[in-house]
Amino acid sequence: MAATTPRAALQPIVRAAKPIREAHGIARGMLWSGTAITLFFVVLALFAPWISPYKFNQYRSGNVRFPQLAHPSHKHLFGTTVQSSDVMARVIYGAQTELKVVVIALAMALVVGVPLGLVSGYFGGILDRGLVLIMDALFAFPYLLIAIVIAFLLSSSSIGSGVLTAAIAITVAYVPLYFRVVRNHVISVREEPYVDAARALGARPRTVIRKYVFFNVVQNVPPIATLNAADAILLLAALGFLGYGIQPNQGAEWGYDINRAVSDASSGIWWTGLFPGIAIVLLVTGLTLLGEGLNETINPVLRRRRFGRIDFEPLADESEQP
Amino acid sequence: MAGTSLRTYLLTRLALVVPMVLILLTLVFLLMRVAPGDPISAALGGHVPPALIKQIRHQLGFDKPLLTQYGTYLWDIARGNFGTTITDHRPLSQIITVNGAATLELTFFAMLIAIVVGVVIGLVAGRYRDTPLDVFGRLFGIVAYATPVFFLGLMGQLVFGVWLNWLPTSDQASPITQALLKTHTNILALDAVIDGNWSALGDVMKHLILPAATLGLATAGIFIRLIRVNVIRTLRDDYIEAARARGITERSVVYHHAFKNALVPVITVVGLNMALLLGGAVLTETTFNWPGIGHALVTYLENRDYTAVQGIIVVFALVVVAMSVIVDFLNAYVDPRIRY
Repeated sequence: MAATTPRAALQPIVRAAKPIREAHGIARGMLWSGTAITLFFVVLALFAPWISPYKFNQYRSGNVRFPQLAHPSHKHLFGTTVQSSDVMARVIYGAQTELKVVVIALAMALVVGVPLGLVSGYFGGILDRGLVLIMDALFAFPYLLIAIVIAFLLSSSSIGSGVLTAAIAITVAYVPLYFRVVRNHVISVREEPYVDAARALGARPRTVIRKYVFFNVVQNVPPIATLNAADAILLLAALGFLGYGIQPNQGAEWGYDINRAVSDASSGIWWTGLFPGIAIVLLVTGLTLLGEGLNETINPVLRRRRFGRIDFEPLADESEQP
Repeated sequence: MAGTSLRTYLLTRLALVVPMVLILLTLVFLLMRVAPGDPISAALGGHVPPALIKQIRHQLGFDKPLLTQYGTYLWDIARGNFGTTITDHRPLSQIITVNGAATLELTFFAMLIAIVVGVVIGLVAGRYRDTPLDVFGRLFGIVAYATPVFFLGLMGQLVFGVWLNWLPTSDQASPITQALLKTHTNILALDAVIDGNWSALGDVMKHLILPAATLGLATAGIFIRLIRVNVIRTLRDDYIEAARARGITERSVVYHHAFKNALVPVITVVGLNMALLLGGAVLTETTFNWPGIGHALVTYLENRDYTAVQGIIVVFALVVVAMSVIVDFLNAYVDPRIRY
């Protein structure tokens, strides 16, 4: 019994990994290039102090102040900003900020959204109706606006602005998504024979949800979470651009840097905006490639295997229909 | 077969609007009231005598019990009274008509660009699946999606505004046009057409190109993805197989049978993306100093004007709900299966 438990726990992972090994063609290319780009930024984030030539808020070296708005040169590969800080250092440290916020935000969104979806979908009833109404109303609302309002309200509270505020704002914007996906999937899984069988054997709802429903539903989460991480980077940058993200003394943030670059642009200064922007585009592209690659290999509707061609019945995307 | 009639469907759908609107309005109310800090002293800055704050609090009804405030809030919205801003005493209705018109102008042209770019690339990528064309189309879609509107806008300003000096980089029209153009609809392009003022129209369009293209291209990425998947799905359907079996040329099958059906869901996507477009409009308007409602929201947020923020968010909520209803109506009209 003790020997089978870890294997049983690993099995969904092994099963989920199988299509990835079988992926080929474009999906394979997407998976690998996406993984490579994402890993590149993770490395930048983790080793920023060693990789970066300067600190993100450093404006002098020794007693020599860096030049303001200097063109890219061998001393400052990406140039300097109006506050004399090094653009390259800000881009590298920016990876750290993005990663921190997105990881916290996604973890919180999963912790709130998945259990709510499980319980709501499994038990149904009034609780389900109410939650669905609220979540659908939130889901229809532009999530950028939700995040702005939350960040605005939190920044005037004792929490202040910073990593946690940005993360909470992003979490609130995404909980409805996870709730919807998980709930809709639970509803279809709930009627499966194996779940019925477990119930017939007298398993408590807790056990049924934990042991049978959860593992089945959770397989949908990785592609969504990856695509969502891409989205969250954009959202964080948007918050930063509007001035509700990370404050300049707390860390480097790409969206904030682009905001500052808008006034530079009118005098033809391109390096303060271009490099943080490219960083956003690259990281979001990488995460999207990874997420879509995962989706294509895991989702049977879109999947193509290496051997032979298996055409599945096209499943209508029920979750998308109102 | 007792299929529900279109009318019954529409009535049920309309009835569902009520709880949705109520929930959104309640959430907005709770958020703004539970918010820490005193909205009025925040809006007026720290140097206001307490007596004046008390008077304004009383004027705005902030000293009444929460439930009474909630009732007044709902009743005011039901009467179409969205309040007046604290900081500059503008009625919200004026913000809606003036700034809203600017946003409408921007989003309309952006949506046009997004649809044309998205549909063309999406159809081609789906039709030629797994070929270099598909790879290019998808990559274009992903990069378009991955590019923040404000970054794309900034680069557009640099290239077309500063370096090439072809296009203006901010505002809705040049000051002369804004001063001379008579106001009919608040939508400058439409006002210029009504007056037959072609030089003004040219000026307005010149100002519109960069913001609309920026917002449109960023939105196109989503269209490309969805249309591509739809084409792939449709090309596998039985009736396509049947059309092929009848000996209809592949060209005709693709263009006449598949594309049309693959585009039906686009209605839904366009409608749902109006909400997304509103979010994108906030960023685009800020980048280009476009005097739209999103720009107004950002300004009032900076000034901590709670009534203005609350009013604008309520307007956004109503627009979103209205869009979702229109989408459902159109869908039910186009696709009889939806009426259950």
